[in-house]
Amino acid sequence: MSEANASATRITPGNALRPEDIALQDAKPADAVARYALGLGDDALILAQRLGWWISRAPELEEDVALANIALDQIGHARSFLTYAGRAWDRTEDDLAYFRREPEFRSVHLVEQPNGDFARTIARQFVVSLYQWELYSRLVHSSDPTLAAIAAKAVKEVDYHRDHATQWVLRLALGTEESRRRMIAGLRLTWPYVEELFTDHPLIDEVGDAGVRPSELRAPFDDAVLTVLTEAELDVPAVPGATGGGRLGRHSEHLGYMLAEMQVLAREHPGASW
Amino acid sequence: MTATAIETRADHDAAGEKVFNDLIAQDMRIEPRDWMPADYRKSLTRQISQHAHSEIIGMQPEANWITRAPSLKRKAVLMAKVQDEAGHGLYLYSAAETLGTPRDQMTEDLIAGKARYSSIFNYPVLTWADIGAIGWLVDGAAICNQVPLCRASYGPYGRAMVRICKEESFHQRQGFEILLELANGTPEQRAMAQDAVNRWYAPSLMMFGPPDEDSPNSQKSMEWKIKRFSNDELRSRFVGMMVEQIKVLGLDLPDKDVRFDEESGRWEHGPLDWNEFKEVLAGRGPCNAQRMERRREAHEDGAWVRDAASAYAARQAAKHTTKAA
Repeated sequence: MSEANASATRITPGNALRPEDIALQDAKPADAVARYALGLGDDALILAQRLGWWISRAPELEEDVALANIALDQIGHARSFLTYAGRAWDRTEDDLAYFRREPEFRSVHLVEQPNGDFARTIARQFVVSLYQWELYSRLVHSSDPTLAAIAAKAVKEVDYHRDHATQWVLRLALGTEESRRRMIAGLRLTWPYVEELFTDHPLIDEVGDAGVRPSELRAPFDDAVLTVLTEAELDVPAVPGATGGGRLGRHSEHLGYMLAEMQVLAREHPGASW
Repeated sequence: MTATAIETRADHDAAGEKVFNDLIAQDMRIEPRDWMPADYRKSLTRQISQHAHSEIIGMQPEANWITRAPSLKRKAVLMAKVQDEAGHGLYLYSAAETLGTPRDQMTEDLIAGKARYSSIFNYPVLTWADIGAIGWLVDGAAICNQVPLCRASYGPYGRAMVRICKEESFHQRQGFEILLELANGTPEQRAMAQDAVNRWYAPSLMMFGPPDEDSPNSQKSMEWKIKRFSNDELRSRFVGMMVEQIKVLGLDLPDKDVRFDEESGRWEHGPLDWNEFKEVLAGRGPCNAQRMERRREAHEDGAWVRDAASAYAARQAAKHTTKAA
């Protein structure tokens, strides 16, 4: 276990950055920074929503615990990013999560993809966690102190997600014939949505040193992928990339259903507190 | 086998039984390697595995609301709660394994319908307020049952219960907090809270098991100091707690007959429908089939993953052996 992994499990509520702290602080992000934070928050939120489905359905109890943990980390990151973004527009994390329409979301298509079988979920986790680790490990140097602080907490947790996904890619790829077949299929279904993660949009120029340019993450991501897939005796899937557009509000067909489910109760009782 | 060997075995059992009885009499702990009567082992295995199954099946009704939780904070808390239940199942299966039954066997028994779990989880979780009522009433009843189990004579069970009870008391507080927020919310939220309390009150009282005169397993269990208080004693204690707490919520208990009986020093409650309890226990509750099907499905759909992990582990072990040689 690396040093970063070891500390991720020891974060206590006493010293961790909480969304409640961000809501209380004076700092308001510039509009562009807020829109940037919104994209990262939406990725984490939609991924948590997907992963939450597994709790009580995982292949073994230890995985119920592990996937719940990862979902919890992601929802924590989502709450921090959305709370901070919302300060620019006087909106709370819940206003943003529950009372935006689909085209107002900024999540990438990858996190919207269905869970499928366990191998497909692991393939998605593998890509997301390697991408988020490269991203957050650079965002800790953001010129925006709040984004840097959120990233500093998140990178430790995502390091553990990366380890979890990697260990499962190896087990499924090198386990049985069936698990290998499923792992290969899972990676093929996931790979079209990789390219969108590394696409630069005009927003990144407005954000400047507060953000991390997605295209800069591609090479280190590819290296990390290659290391694991080589050990797993797998090839990087040779499939064409899908047209993305999530950061511009153009989503996959899946997101509408997810939001309908996620938002239903909150929207039945507008203005209520829970 | 020779006569001498039989005698030796009998001597061994007699000596073991004396040590066991002494330990129980002195309120000390029985540990996995200690001699214990076959019935004690059997009874504990049944109780601990049923408890583990209840935690695992109990994940389903609440997981049903994870994707629809009405705020991100509530979503996170609910995920953490259901995750805790998976953790409780794990400690309890481990405690039961120390008595000699492997976890796989217990899981097979559950899926085959041979093992029981708490019948409370066969009721449907219809609204968000049910998540509050389950935390407050169901986890509250569980705590009343389980705190005395921290002193159960079997060491691994008692120790598992210490940690479980700490987490359960947190669960109860979060359930109470959900109801408090709803009770002080809009008229629709308040009605939702009262409706949930109405539906979960009687089933949660029945969680303590049948009345004492109708509880066949209880007496032996009390002699062995696994169980410390009778079903009715614990139920009465629970009713007393709820009577006070419902006042803070500003809601009503759906029971006109609740009163404190000065003579017995106990809280009394209205009649409970034990026929319903028996029906649900016999598999004819609203969600029995659904809960079992989900557990079976998760277990069977996960078989290829568990096989892959075993095959990988064997492959790695073989690699190390080759290297070492």
